[in-house]
Amino acid sequence: MKLSTFKGGIHPYEGKELSKDRPVREISVGGEYVFPVQQHIGAPAVPAVKPGERVLVGQTIAQAGGFVSANVISSVSGKVKLIEPRLTASGAYVNSIVIENDEKYETVPGYGQKRDYKALDAKEIRDDIRAAGIVGMGGAGFPTDVKLTPKDPASIDYVIVNGAECEPYLTSDYREMMEHPEEIVRGLEVELSLFDNAKGIIGIEDNKRDAIELFTKLVRGHERISVHPLKTKYPQGGERTLIYACTKRQINSSMLPADAGCVVSNIDTVLSVKRAVCDGLPLITRTITVTGDCVKEPRNFHIRCGASYNALLEAAGGLVKEAAKMISGGPMMGQALYSTDIPVTKTSSALTVLSRDDAYDKKESACIRCGKCADVCPGGVVPQILMKYALAGDWEGYEAAGGMECCECGCCTYICPAGRKLTQAFKTARRNVMAARRRKGGK
Amino acid sequence: MFRISSSPHVRSSQTVRGTMLDVIIALLPATVWGIYKFGPDAFLVVLASVTSALLAEYMYEKFMKKPLTVGDLSAVLTGLLIGLNMPPGVPLFIPVLGSFFAIIVVKQLFGGLGQNFMNPALAARCFLVISFARPMTRFTVDGVSSATPLAVIKNGGTCDLLDMFLGNCGGTIGEVSTAALLLGAGYLVGRKVISLRIPLAYILTFVVFEMIFSGRGLDANYYLAQVCGGGLMLGAWFMATDYVTSPITKKGQIVYGFILGILTGILRIYGSSAEGVSYSIILGNLLVPFIEKFTMPTPFGIGRRKYVKKTQEGA
Repeated sequence: MKLSTFKGGIHPYEGKELSKDRPVREISVGGEYVFPVQQHIGAPAVPAVKPGERVLVGQTIAQAGGFVSANVISSVSGKVKLIEPRLTASGAYVNSIVIENDEKYETVPGYGQKRDYKALDAKEIRDDIRAAGIVGMGGAGFPTDVKLTPKDPASIDYVIVNGAECEPYLTSDYREMMEHPEEIVRGLEVELSLFDNAKGIIGIEDNKRDAIELFTKLVRGHERISVHPLKTKYPQGGERTLIYACTKRQINSSMLPADAGCVVSNIDTVLSVKRAVCDGLPLITRTITVTGDCVKEPRNFHIRCGASYNALLEAAGGLVKEAAKMISGGPMMGQALYSTDIPVTKTSSALTVLSRDDAYDKKESACIRCGKCADVCPGGVVPQILMKYALAGDWEGYEAAGGMECCECGCCTYICPAGRKLTQAFKTARRNVMAARRRKGGK
Repeated sequence: MFRISSSPHVRSSQTVRGTMLDVIIALLPATVWGIYKFGPDAFLVVLASVTSALLAEYMYEKFMKKPLTVGDLSAVLTGLLIGLNMPPGVPLFIPVLGSFFAIIVVKQLFGGLGQNFMNPALAARCFLVISFARPMTRFTVDGVSSATPLAVIKNGGTCDLLDMFLGNCGGTIGEVSTAALLLGAGYLVGRKVISLRIPLAYILTFVVFEMIFSGRGLDANYYLAQVCGGGLMLGAWFMATDYVTSPITKKGQIVYGFILGILTGILRIYGSSAEGVSYSIILGNLLVPFIEKFTMPTPFGIGRRKYVKKTQEGA
């Protein structure tokens, strides 16, 4: 098998065997559901319901608050209890609509109505996707309809489906690929129908050989879609590294994939597009991996958005060891949690519970300039040099040394023998540079 | 309640101590050969330089109330390199003085591990050669004082290449056996502690420079003797590759190796001494910040052509 990849990257412990072989289990819980109005990049959605009002499954409870924004849709039926800031995975309190689930799951009219996407024109498809509140479900949460509306749709050469799932421990994309392959291909066909000149590529890392074989068989003879096996390496599923591996085109931090004639969609996103356009189902559920060495029965769950992470942990049998770290997402790019009292959102991909916390255990010492950070950096910069600027607070020097090309993947911090907290410093530096740019732009 | 920190939440098992240990392991064949070849005197020299380097680091940090870093083994490595750079029969106070100079003056006064701009072991060697010229250049083999192969060649003589390769000749404790040094170098490359960029660029440039300027024509014996002799192997594989004092950029490492090759060639052909590796490397060390500045890599995706076809041209 010919494998494509990129320069740099690391091979952390994968941990996928914990959960990859168990089928996804549906879970449904009662009680309080929490819907933050900001589950995406862009403007927060504006609440469209009032406390006391009864809402139905599939009802838009918050309207997109601008072009780059997304609807929030209720996944349950019941009364709106209140609207107040609630803790989210990022650690921030976000204004949220709280609904008491009456467990009747009454739906809005037209919910679940099947349609033939071929009978719809491009605008109708984009409107459906927008109405369904679909955002990039890989973690960034960029509104999908905006992504699928580039300036010039004819300039898009490739629609890439990201089946790399390079983040350690996560297996939700893998399970979706094994359990719903036809729907994923159909979702890609829907996206391809928006771009007349585009070819579809499904990129899958070679640690998921069965998925590669399954999809290769499925798209055999398909004139527009092909499967692209990728080398297993973190961060193969990063947008820039994936585009490079699949097309050999390079984009930098100031470019969009569309600038290289590409559109990239996550597995779950493609699935949601298919369900929204063909099945009349808005984005109200998602598949989440609950894993880690502390979890009794690591596996994937299909759960309604708005449910609590506590329900996930309970469904997985709870903890068997004392946990040092709770992570929303995987260990490379996930958010550390101090409480599991947070809602499942559109971008929640995993709950990883680890008994060891390397970030705390590996003590920081002086840099010996070994250059391993530069060897693994997929952005082709020298983290060791950026770190000097970042620690000195020299944001201009940081930018000049290419610091904005950092994608915060964490490879440098992972590999550093001296335990330097490089990525962490770069996150701060990048935010400062961006703030300075905004200030300049404002004047 | 769980611990909160910014991602990533996992770390590799690589440590500074592990890296230093790898280099120490890689130097063991040369050390063992040197001690076997030159006897207990050589062992005492190595022992004295290692323990005094550790002691210097410990005393300085204790006295300055800094966190103790002797556990990272970097002082052991510096001490070992100093020992390997000593003639076998040198009075013991010389390596001890060298170790203190290396650790305190060259390393700690500039801020400790990672901050020194010069290789501490080589700076100490140069300091000792200048201060104690006679004992530092008196080499004995099997109790008989003998010139190093390069000095013999410089004075018009010839040497047995096989002896030089195996290490049956005069020189400092660690430099004599090319075979033992290559064994260690192979270990370092295999463990990915060092890359081939600096050593190969250094050695190749040096050979080409010699071919052009030495006036020896195609005398392969001469070039091989130049490569095997005079600490070039020890320097190119173990000291020019010192992380702290060599460029971090990949292009810079090749440029650095190139500069070292030229400097060594100049010193060996036109200098008064037959050696020149130590001075080349510490001179090269001084150029590292400049080399890095001019060899910064271009980040991924910068300055690439645009891919989007201009489909609106007709409109």
